[in-house]
Amino acid sequence: MAEPATPSDWRDDIFAALKAADIRQVGYVPDAGHSRLIERVQADPQIRAVSLTTEEEGIALAAGAWLGGQRAALLMQSSGVGNCINMLSLAKSCRFPLTMVVTMRGEWAEFNPWQVAMGSKTQAALELMDVLVYRVEDAASAGETVAAALDIAFNGSLATAVLLSQRLIGAKRWVK
Amino acid sequence: MSAGSNQPRLDRRAAIRVLLAERGDLLVVTGLGSTTYDAASVADDERNFYLWGAMGGAAMVGLGLAIARPDRPVLVVTGDGDTLMGLGSLATVGVQSPPNLSIAVFDNGRYAETGMQPSHTDSAVDLVGVARSCGIEAAFDIADEVALADFTRRVQRKEKTLFARVAILAEEPPRVLPPRDGVLLKNRFRRATGAE
Repeated sequence: MAEPATPSDWRDDIFAALKAADIRQVGYVPDAGHSRLIERVQADPQIRAVSLTTEEEGIALAAGAWLGGQRAALLMQSSGVGNCINMLSLAKSCRFPLTMVVTMRGEWAEFNPWQVAMGSKTQAALELMDVLVYRVEDAASAGETVAAALDIAFNGSLATAVLLSQRLIGAKRWVK
Repeated sequence: MSAGSNQPRLDRRAAIRVLLAERGDLLVVTGLGSTTYDAASVADDERNFYLWGAMGGAAMVGLGLAIARPDRPVLVVTGDGDTLMGLGSLATVGVQSPPNLSIAVFDNGRYAETGMQPSHTDSAVDLVGVARSCGIEAAFDIADEVALADFTRRVQRKEKTLFARVAILAEEPPRVLPPRDGVLLKNRFRRATGAE
């Protein structure tokens, strides 16, 4: 990673929340906003990092993990939420606990207009599938919001998503 | 070898009996539709998790389960339609390769649930080749009960990720319907396998 680590980096706070909730499997599609978190997950011997070809695989992975007595979490970009819609019926029909941590695109200083179509509908699409959605706008609340979403998911057998705003992550630089 | 070729094929209910007759502590995930009825025709075992939807998701449910339960053999039994819809998941399974995960695809080259329309395996797609290309080296094309029984014994050994394309006849035996309540299926599976 190019940026220096700081003691209160919000991505480390999210990792700490995953660890505190005893997350043992993390499914992800590679993503710039999540890259540091993914590296932390890959480096942790207690967590199985599962790289996916498409985000909907992660919904099924998390269901299988829970059937086997392990907790899973998913990391994806807002465009990936669109790939998950039908598979979310698995979580809803069986009340599988689920937490998706989503980096937002298409909402703040977005260079690529193709990201706006899904990014502007990500929250609505999740809520149509009865996923509880929490937004994070500032770095200080990222860790506690993910921790709260994990609590509700695993205490109540519910599907939750945390949307990390593009302003928090920083708009993608296209011209370097 | 695509499913459309003129080759021997198994009766699907005979095939599922070979896979599940002496299951030991096997954990089973089935795809929506016919393979769910097949598993239920042997016995409605609480250690079966039937998908009544989530098409394309059977292999990934099996992967999450196999990672969580390295002590138990996990068998996914699903159809060619479900496998084609989640083809990328074979790539994900190939990368992870848990030694206790096996996938058996009952391939009749048809979408039996919707009226026996031909699937891609009927003409062009070789699922064994796909599995091998995804890094699942132990991939077998099976069309007789002796080979299937050998595969079944290997499943119990938990030595490496296995894949079998099982050639089955395009016919619809009487449906055997297990429970459809997903919460019930989830909770009874977890109780029966010590997950809660």
